[in-house]
Amino acid sequence: MAKTIKANIPAGELNQKWENYKAQAKLVSPNNRKKLEVIVVGTGLAGASAAASLAEMGYNVKSFCFQDSPRRAHSVAAQGGVNAMKNYQNDGDSIHRMFIDTLKGGDFRSREANTYRLAECSASLIDQAVAQGVPFGREYSGYLKNRSFGGVQVSRTFYARGQTGQQLLLGAYQALMRQTEIGKIKLYSRHEMLDLVLIDGKAKGIITRHLDTGKIERHGAHLVVLATGGFGKIYYLSTLAMGCNASAIWRAHKKGAYMANPSWTQIHPTSLPQSGPYQSKLTLMSESLRNDGRIWVPKTKNDQRSPNQIPENERDYYLERKYPSFGNLAPRDIASRSAKEQIDAGKGVGPLQNAVYLDFAHAIAEYGKNVIEQRYGNLFKMYQKITGINAYQEPMKISPSAHFSMGGLWVDYDLMTSIPGLFAIGESNFSDHGANRLGANSLLQACVDGYYIAPYTIQNYLADEINTPKTNVNHPAFEKAELNARLQLEQFVNCKGDKTAEEFHKELGKILYDKCGLSRSEVGLKQAIETIQELRGEFKKNLLVPGDVDDINSELEKAGRVYDYMELAELMCQDALSREESCGAHFREEYQTKDGEALRNDDNYAYTSAWEWTGNPSKPILNKEELIFEFVKPTQRSYK
Amino acid sequence: MKIYLKVWRQQHKDSKGMLVEYSLNEVDPEMSFLEMLDMLNLKLAKKGERPIEFDHDCREGICGQCGVMINGIAHGPLKNTTTCQLHMRSFKNGDTIYIEPFKAKAFPIIRDLKVDRSAFDAIIAAGGYVSVNTGQAPEANSIMVTHDEAESAFDSAACIGCGACVATCKNASAALFTSAKISHLAKLPQGQKESEQRTLKMVDRMEDLDFGHCTNTEACEVECPQEISVLNIARMNYEYNKAKL
Ligand SMILES: Cc1cc2nc3c(=O)[nH]c(=O)nc-3n(C[C@H](O)[C@H](O)[C@H](O)COP(=O)(O)OP(=O)(O)OC[C@H]3O[C@@H](n4cnc5c(N)ncnc54)[C@H](O)[C@@H]3O)c2cc1C
Ligand code: SF4
Repeated sequence: MAKTIKANIPAGELNQKWENYKAQAKLVSPNNRKKLEVIVVGTGLAGASAAASLAEMGYNVKSFCFQDSPRRAHSVAAQGGVNAMKNYQNDGDSIHRMFIDTLKGGDFRSREANTYRLAECSASLIDQAVAQGVPFGREYSGYLKNRSFGGVQVSRTFYARGQTGQQLLLGAYQALMRQTEIGKIKLYSRHEMLDLVLIDGKAKGIITRHLDTGKIERHGAHLVVLATGGFGKIYYLSTLAMGCNASAIWRAHKKGAYMANPSWTQIHPTSLPQSGPYQSKLTLMSESLRNDGRIWVPKTKNDQRSPNQIPENERDYYLERKYPSFGNLAPRDIASRSAKEQIDAGKGVGPLQNAVYLDFAHAIAEYGKNVIEQRYGNLFKMYQKITGINAYQEPMKISPSAHFSMGGLWVDYDLMTSIPGLFAIGESNFSDHGANRLGANSLLQACVDGYYIAPYTIQNYLADEINTPKTNVNHPAFEKAELNARLQLEQFVNCKGDKTAEEFHKELGKILYDKCGLSRSEVGLKQAIETIQELRGEFKKNLLVPGDVDDINSELEKAGRVYDYMELAELMCQDALSREESCGAHFREEYQTKDGEALRNDDNYAYTSAWEWTGNPSKPILNKEELIFEFVKPTQRSYK
Repeated sequence: MKIYLKVWRQQHKDSKGMLVEYSLNEVDPEMSFLEMLDMLNLKLAKKGERPIEFDHDCREGICGQCGVMINGIAHGPLKNTTTCQLHMRSFKNGDTIYIEPFKAKAFPIIRDLKVDRSAFDAIIAAGGYVSVNTGQAPEANSIMVTHDEAESAFDSAACIGCGACVATCKNASAALFTSAKISHLAKLPQGQKESEQRTLKMVDRMEDLDFGHCTNTEACEVECPQEISVLNIARMNYEYNKAKL
């Protein structure tokens, strides 16, 4: 039976909720902390910051990641910057303004209280990162610099060249290694979580596979924190790292954790297009390029001329035409969807006709090549490295691609999932930003969850656990979970079909892009669900995994991840099907205004979907968390 | 294009490895080097053979997890490029390419082209941080850092920890990696206070692990994908001597 679920938001005025929470949260005395154990899966910004913070407080932390070093978690790849309310530019920024921008950017599909808390905690993050030695951009005088980012009218984005994620992550990683040296953190790199273990309904441990040996291991703790990042790689081609996956959260979902808004994926407008069938991932080009680049396609279909031969009057600068006030700087969802429209209409460019042009000729003519080189030189170099094309001489080709998971495990105000003792932080939870979060807010969310929120809420939970002895990994629950994990791996290896996990993954990704990507329709989603079910059936019969279970075996690792994607993909389609409105990046073709813009339906869909596993991937239960706007009245977005 | 490959295959850390020959006919010049390996692996899997194990993750040149010796050069022929950002258009039809793992005593081979670089984590754990706990940091603008200081610190901080410097060094020294972190933090006011202990601990840790000594051949800088300068090594030596005084 479907339920209405509650997020445990503290009472009081918006700006006092978090202060009140902290003032009332339970504490654990220092000599009790050393008796308590915490598992943190993931060493990205969310996981590393949480592990380091909890260890500093005195808890014993076990930290897991599948890479060879925690420093390689996918947060390292973020380029643009991180938002924080400091009002250093004196341009009228405030916590309230940042809160409103984020709520609006999320098309009013996020929680007021959480969004406010995100803005409230943001200032401390910059203090923390600077103290750790993150070399943020500075003025000549020595003060911190800011830049502006899409969708807002103030400059609140902090950055470290084009490598903000890398530098923030190194700060958190160094803090993690410091605690590892002291012995408060035990590090398990190259370990993949295969299952979550519950004892008496509470999260008490995990089953992992040591990727260097194939050894399956049991790890117990007083609670488990998942910080396992986004699952956009489900689309196969995406801007995410190759190893990004949904397995940890999906397996927790199958143990009872609700999955929220799974169909909400952010599609980024400026990635490099696919160049051939062998392609394994898409590279993101910083969105900052849209500040000076003009986006266009030829006016006629199938135009085979090289871009420089197409005269001005035969080009369609479609964003400038459709959205005169924002033009090329229209928000991500609008820019992405408009590109797709052009490509679908047969006006795509490049060998696969899957791209649009991003043209710097006008900017070069106006400011000179030197200025453009100063602003974007490294991006032009990267573009040339990957495509072999000199973008000073001909326009870049760009294309939309899957980038960020706005859905994920449902969590309450404490960041606890529907399983007691299981917390989810960073991109692995359903982000507070809702349907279409703004750029530079996701690094912020990962850090704020890990440095400032989880340490309080986890302690609040642990206060009731001080008399609970260490978890016994010989408990039957561990035995059963380990056995199931092993059986599944053996099944993969013994299947001996003739299609690799990667081949299945590519097929699945294509279905999702076509039917559950930027735009969706009832008919398309129903077809997708059917095709996914068939593909899942084939996967069970025809999978090819060479090698053994008890050995290093990356094909086997992929098989497990793709198996989970096959189930999650269907839930994504079900979720998209159930939401009969267009919202932010999520465009249901049946629900649009006369001029083709997204049509939201606040009366019926102002809720977070929180799906419950029933044992049958095709029959999930939809629970709802109503979104109550106590302090802000939802309005329509317009970028015309 | 047609490409001939000689790839290092080694089952386990202690087994004997050898170069095995393969060839590929349908290599597209637009493919990345790792996508070429994906193509080979798909062929091997279909034949029921074990695919070649190699490390990679972001495929954007930033995570530092990829890296092999290509024709004897760390990360291959293109200067200042990671293996994942190298494309097949850098090779010619009919080329023979040797692919081997990064070799260094401190980086034991796990299997095929995969090596264990956790020694780098151990160096950072020895002192590669500013000792500050969460939650009580002072207001960010109270620590003034000039534009030039920040830029210079960034140049050192940009290291991706790939290990090419070690693999390319005839002594398998970790001097470039270690010095980059020491310099990054020593160049900033918030890192200076701890610089002495940090330098001593990190250098001592580096020496305890199986890395060799730096003899200033400067090969590391040439192959570094992030163009980390050997001036960092000079800085490390200066900080070390200062701390010893
Ligand atoms: C190319 C790119 C550019 C971006 N640029 C920006 C930007 O400019 N600004 C911004 O705000 N955001 C940006 N983002 C988004 C942002 O980087 C992410 O949302 C954020 O870094 C996520 O952090 P995280 O800690 O939640 O997860 P991640 O950093 O992805 O970490 C996940 C961790 O979980 C581990 N893990 C996963 N599954 C398992 C398992 N089964 N077992 C064990 N370990 C597991 C991994 O090993 C890893 O340590 C960008 C994203 C991409 C892809
Ligand atoms: S110094 Fe350069 S080559 Fe060495 S690990 Fe760092 S980035 Fe790689």
